[in-house]
Amino acid sequence: MRYLPLTPADRAEMLAVIGAPDIDALFKDVPAAARAKDLFDLPLHAGELEVERELSALAGRNRAAGAGPFFCGAGAYRHHVPATVDHIIQRSEFLTSYTPYQPEIAQGTLQVLFEFQTQVAALTGLEVANASMYDGSTACAEAVMMAQRVTRREKAILSGGLHPHYAATTQTIAHAEGMEIVRLPAAVDAEATVVDVLDAETACVVVQTPNVFGVATDVTRIAEAAHAAGALLIVVTTEAVSFGLLKSPGEMGADIAVAEGQSIGNSLNFGGPYVGLFAAREKLLRQMPGRLCGETVDAEGRRGFVLTLSTREQHIRREKATSNICTNSGLCALAFSIHLSLLGEAGLRQLAVLNHARARELKTALTAVPGLEVLTPRFFNEIAVRLPRPAAEVVEACLADGVVAGVPFSRLNPAGGMDEVLLIAATETTTTQDIEALARALTRSLGR
Amino acid sequence: MSMQTVGRPTRPEAVAADASAASLSGGHGLQQDEPLIFELGGWEKTGVDLPAPDADASDLGDLARTTPIGLPGLSEPETVRHYVRLSQKNHAIDLALYPLGSCTMKHNPRLNEKVARLAGFADLHPLQPVSTTQGALELMDRLAHWLKTLTGLPAVALPPKAGAHGELCGLLAIRAAHEAAGHGHRRQVLVPSSAHGTNPATAAFVGYSVTEIAQTADGRVDLADLAAKLGPEVAAIMVTNPNTCGLFERDIIEIARLTHQAGAYFYCDGANFNAIVGRVRPGDLGVDAMHINLHKTFSTPHGGGGPGAGPVVMSQALAPFAPAPWVTHGPDGLSLTEEAVGEAVQAFGRMCAFHGQMGMFVRAYAYMRSHGADGLRQVAEDAVLNANYVKARLSGEMSAAFPDGPCMHEALFDDAWLEGTGVTTLDFAKAMIDEGFHPMTMYFPLVVHGAMLIEPTETESKAELDRFCEALLQLARAAKAGEAERFKAAPRLAPLRRLDETLAARKPRLTWRPDAPNVAPAPLAAE
Amino acid sequence: MRFTKDHEWVEVAGEVATVGITAYAAEQLGDVVFVETPDVGRQVKAGDSFAVVESVKAASDVYAPVSGEVVESNGEVADAPETVNASPEAAGWFAKIKLANPAEVDALMDRPAYEAFLQTL
Repeated sequence: MRYLPLTPADRAEMLAVIGAPDIDALFKDVPAAARAKDLFDLPLHAGELEVERELSALAGRNRAAGAGPFFCGAGAYRHHVPATVDHIIQRSEFLTSYTPYQPEIAQGTLQVLFEFQTQVAALTGLEVANASMYDGSTACAEAVMMAQRVTRREKAILSGGLHPHYAATTQTIAHAEGMEIVRLPAAVDAEATVVDVLDAETACVVVQTPNVFGVATDVTRIAEAAHAAGALLIVVTTEAVSFGLLKSPGEMGADIAVAEGQSIGNSLNFGGPYVGLFAAREKLLRQMPGRLCGETVDAEGRRGFVLTLSTREQHIRREKATSNICTNSGLCALAFSIHLSLLGEAGLRQLAVLNHARARELKTALTAVPGLEVLTPRFFNEIAVRLPRPAAEVVEACLADGVVAGVPFSRLNPAGGMDEVLLIAATETTTTQDIEALARALTRSLGR
Repeated sequence: MSMQTVGRPTRPEAVAADASAASLSGGHGLQQDEPLIFELGGWEKTGVDLPAPDADASDLGDLARTTPIGLPGLSEPETVRHYVRLSQKNHAIDLALYPLGSCTMKHNPRLNEKVARLAGFADLHPLQPVSTTQGALELMDRLAHWLKTLTGLPAVALPPKAGAHGELCGLLAIRAAHEAAGHGHRRQVLVPSSAHGTNPATAAFVGYSVTEIAQTADGRVDLADLAAKLGPEVAAIMVTNPNTCGLFERDIIEIARLTHQAGAYFYCDGANFNAIVGRVRPGDLGVDAMHINLHKTFSTPHGGGGPGAGPVVMSQALAPFAPAPWVTHGPDGLSLTEEAVGEAVQAFGRMCAFHGQMGMFVRAYAYMRSHGADGLRQVAEDAVLNANYVKARLSGEMSAAFPDGPCMHEALFDDAWLEGTGVTTLDFAKAMIDEGFHPMTMYFPLVVHGAMLIEPTETESKAELDRFCEALLQLARAAKAGEAERFKAAPRLAPLRRLDETLAARKPRLTWRPDAPNVAPAPLAAE
Repeated sequence: MRFTKDHEWVEVAGEVATVGITAYAAEQLGDVVFVETPDVGRQVKAGDSFAVVESVKAASDVYAPVSGEVVESNGEVADAPETVNASPEAAGWFAKIKLANPAEVDALMDRPAYEAFLQTL
């Protein structure tokens, strides 16, 4: 078997050195009743050719996003990742290395993490960032837990513009910790009313911008109201490219900023692995979850990097840790960082403007579709529209015309009562022809 | 104060650089030093050619950013050089044995990388119409089948994104099950003193209080102590098997029986599944829920710290409480149940957005299909054989923590053999670096003094194991012969010497800042 | 100065007790990187965990040797944790507690008893 280097001769020799008669002797502590004598009812080993054939057949039954006009967003976005990124992350030293617990032989990983943290802090406009969380949704949940620790209050307000999966994830974790979650009803203009329920019990307000309906908002006013009530403001961003164009969360008064980093450096991958960005004000540092990489010197006085402030974490603090997180999303963070290094400030800005320009073109085309109402006033690259029929049906009809028209809001929130709302995203990968095809398909399906 | 014995020196003595091999301009042969991207300049550069936008962002008004972000750019050649130079400073499985106990640093097959990148998997949006993702759902279904068959448990929750996330999922299901049965008063979780830190951290996260179970002299759960502590307040026990000392819990069936008798659930930490895959099914041992680290037993790459994946297999009793989403079979093909409504109403809620770590599912499934039932059984056997071989060869010079009887897939040593040498476990580990190996896991589990936990895995050849053992035996003899200086000064051949972790913690500097002075004092002049 | 078996020390002046960790504890801990001192106004009972002292690799609870109200918290150890290593039984104090029950102090070990106790460890 190609991955197992030991030969029968090796095994015999090794058993002799150990002083065991056979391999079963090494498993003697397993209760007899639990020892599986026969092989399990699963296929036997297979060569590369066969495995590749099966996996290709499975992949072939999926319609790749690039196969035609494609407009799905809602928390995951199709962007072009330069070839360099995927090439570098497959280098042995990055792909097959571990968490940098022995810093002398992990300076590659550690320096990358330090650069990543700096990039994330810069993008979010906050002072410190960690070395990544699993994804944006769990980062959001962890931010709410952190607000509870910082303020010692038990209530969190989730805006109706927050991605329903993020809200559900946060509810799951917070419920376990006994927090009260006030989940406001889904609404396109949710940010207008989110401060109405603020009170002296509120630990934090969670607001997403651009929100799940694509609406971009200046949340400065919300920050002021939250702070006046002694609560923290958590700002969520699901489209990381928007940082290239929109005012940063820190600039608007956020105390904690979380984001999904998938848009930069990482493929859609049917939902994972992704990468959670987590940044906060410096004074909140010791309550932050996740790994942190810090600068220091070695015995010869040379600069180096180490994981630091580990006493917050599970392997030391155990039940008093700020989080239970151990493995995070290192390779995806590396991909993010490489792509961002290639883009640079100028490139990220240009990419963001390009996305926005495509969305403006999209909006113009959509406005001309009879029966369709554009709901999103100010947007980055995603627009919510109301259709005269359930959006899920319209998406199926458009699919028959070879167009993947977007994500029905009902897919995210079936009980939300917004079945006619469709979320449509455009990125730099969207062409004019794609937009024209979408407009035609929508017109056709609504005309039926 | 509570005395913790794991405190150890974290600030090295300053030393002078070795001047005898110094180059003229500061280069070191093939090794390259590389500044931070922020120090390379390039604030206006970009390594991506993008078309000019045909509209501007003026419609955004005051929503638009007006201040610079502060991100440097690099051309493609500079980017490649930057990261390749950094990569050279990392140790990796692809270079040499990486014997980290409890991490299962096995070879990462490249076929898995290839198939994960097929456009049909990589360029697939989680929310595109289900009819366009049938192959992906089928793969998830097949993976679930393999996980259930290998563990003997009837249900699996695929979404958790890592082992700790899986632990959280399992405990949340247990909590939901107790609440549904009217047993919400059960607020205690029992955890062995040797447990991985994520176990008590997760239990506390879920609102449970944690009580430790004692260990016997032979490194197993103390049954009498467990029986005494199992009461009507206990929601669950969390046990790793094989345990973190690398030993199989002989009394595991009795442990499960006592737990169930007390009305509690048995959560098993599956981090050490590599020792028993294909030979023992946790379901047969009485396990109610177990997370499986796909990045350990099933070879998905560690990537410098993730991404991982931690699906949780569950018993019949817990299955109704598994979180959404899961794959369902219908008349029109496969679909996803994404909400806890109707029949799924008992599901405790989402663990994360979307469906889980599909990229890792593809890799793990390719691994399983490559090995097959026979290959996976061989994996466990070779993993256990390799660990026992290393234990046998090293026991001549080093003190095994539990010398009687075989270990499973990892061998645990303590520091008794170093007594009187002036060399600590930490020093020994740093000296291993100079010999070309990544150190083993050190100071874990906490129950053994100066613990050294060695897990070779099944993908090491006998030749590499012999090379490793030879190096360690030489080091061990050197330590006993009084060569403490070699160890104290180590590592000397790595890209950097020992780092000042005290400074990093006292004066945290977590981002590059243009205005703040560099923390490093000037390097010591070579004599 | 009086001592507890958990290596805290107490120095009483009138109604107020100054509290810290002993030189032995500081040495065992290694380089102190962070100290979390209690908030002023907090009520503590003898034996409660009321502060945390961190080295790089460990976080240790510090237990209140006496009961009372915290009237002062040492900002210096917050800014310069190395003070605990340099001067654990003087400048490295953690908090001052207004004694609720002065008799509690008498039950603690004096220095000779503490030194003898250290020999048994």
